[in-house]
Amino acid sequence: MDISALLKGDVEQWNIFLVSRLPRLLAILCTGIGMSVSGLIMQQLCMNKFVSPTTGATLSSAKLGILIALVFLPGSTLWGRAIFSFVFALLGTWIFVWFIQSIKFKDTIMVPLIGIMFGNIIGGITGFLAYRYEMTQALTSWESGHFSLVLRGRYEIVYLVLPLIILAFIFSSHFNIVGMGKEFSSNLGVNYKVVLVMGLSIAAAITASIVVVVGSISYIGLIIPNIVALYKGDKLSGTLPDTALLGALFVLISDMLARTIIAPYELPISFVIGIIGSLMFIAIIFHKLKGGKKLQKGVGINGNKCSCS
Amino acid sequence: MTIERLKKKYDGKSVVKDISFEIPKGKIISLIGPNGAGKSTVMGMISRLIAKDGGNIKFEDKDLAKWKSKELAKRLAILTQHNNVQMKLTVRELVAFGRFPYSGSHLTAEDLEMIDKAIEYMELKEYENRFIDELSGGQRQRAYIAMVIAQDTEYVLLDEPTNNLDIYHSTNMMKMVRRLCDELGKTVVLVLHELNYAAFHSDYICAFKDGKIAKFGTVEEVITKEVLSEIYNVEFEIMKIAGKPLTIYY
Repeated sequence: MDISALLKGDVEQWNIFLVSRLPRLLAILCTGIGMSVSGLIMQQLCMNKFVSPTTGATLSSAKLGILIALVFLPGSTLWGRAIFSFVFALLGTWIFVWFIQSIKFKDTIMVPLIGIMFGNIIGGITGFLAYRYEMTQALTSWESGHFSLVLRGRYEIVYLVLPLIILAFIFSSHFNIVGMGKEFSSNLGVNYKVVLVMGLSIAAAITASIVVVVGSISYIGLIIPNIVALYKGDKLSGTLPDTALLGALFVLISDMLARTIIAPYELPISFVIGIIGSLMFIAIIFHKLKGGKKLQKGVGINGNKCSCS
Repeated sequence: MTIERLKKKYDGKSVVKDISFEIPKGKIISLIGPNGAGKSTVMGMISRLIAKDGGNIKFEDKDLAKWKSKELAKRLAILTQHNNVQMKLTVRELVAFGRFPYSGSHLTAEDLEMIDKAIEYMELKEYENRFIDELSGGQRQRAYIAMVIAQDTEYVLLDEPTNNLDIYHSTNMMKMVRRLCDELGKTVVLVLHELNYAAFHSDYICAFKDGKIAKFGTVEEVITKEVLSEIYNVEFEIMKIAGKPLTIYY
């Protein structure tokens, strides 16, 4: 399709545009914004730069929720699946955060490792259920996210991302304060537990509303917030718009790559993001580890111990 | 602030037994005592970070538990060592959080003025746009104190403020605490390990032993050979330097 036909008012072209192209673009933007912002919220609240929907069991729990809806409520609508997905994402994330908070890991790398293991356990359960109820084929379509099935009438849930992002923006200072620790929040009169639960619920709801439409897309929530934090710091009211925009841009560019590399066929976008994302993730880990060593040295000189709780 | 018959148990073991004392307004009060004497636990209960098992804490004639957290945050500031120091916030952003109980995220002209004043008071003007994780330990401590100043509370509670600081930084820290009291009229309660800092910079000392108050009084009343030897179980000598008692233990 081309723009001149649209300008001429070609009805069929307009139909394609409104039914397929525009929804696809909007879904891409919502996915980029949503996944990166939910990653940002989770990193703040868990005080760990490597936590995200992927490494915090949110994504895998959301998928389990969808599968359970498909297995036990075969006639469920998209909304029904979204609710299941949301409830499971919420539970999975809460359990993970409760676990890391009660164990009190000192090591920053341990937390995402536990999250990945926990996510894999949930993934295993999902896989088993899918196999048991002959749902493996349905599962594959959630397993690797793609935008090729985004059509008018079956993607609108992803718009839920927008009000949730606005909510996150309103409470951005609260998230920042909770990210500074329990005592810090208490000093400023912020209820630590309430804000923690609320923030995680927002992140889980965003993730669930994306997974149910496009499937699981990893890494965005992990790398985008980290890149923005490198140049903009951690003050959420400042980084949130940047994170949202960069996330949208990243997914948009990845989608273009996915469609051009083997044109006229299309790669699932999760492949493209997975490859670029994992490389960037490794780069960030290297960067952090180097930065961490420097910090350790500085600590020695100043005689000031880091209390990373 | 009045503390009445405060109690705390951990796993059935009493760590704070029936403690009562009053915090005089506009003074510096240091809580001292050996490890496990209960001073940090008492501090935690006063600042509401630890739940109490019995007794009463009255703040401005009202039960501490009945205060709304946001109102309390305008009257009582708490600074502990357990802050996330890896967060990339600039000094100015951190200090601005001190105004959160008043204005939330929408800072008024008055808030901005308070923030500027606090930053200047702590001599952090040249660092105000630096990230706190890039600062030295002493500078970071000053940034946190600046936040407390911006918070503009009558009471300031400091849990081991000199912990992990070297002699230079901890001495400066204690001088700042003195200025908070003398120049800004704040009541400061602190938990201290270094006896001489407590002796030199406070007005009152509350000495703990085995979950009880061994002695509460002015510096001269508490910093004596008899009281300290009894509390710490070591030999003490008391000297006078600049009119203040200083301790030597061996």
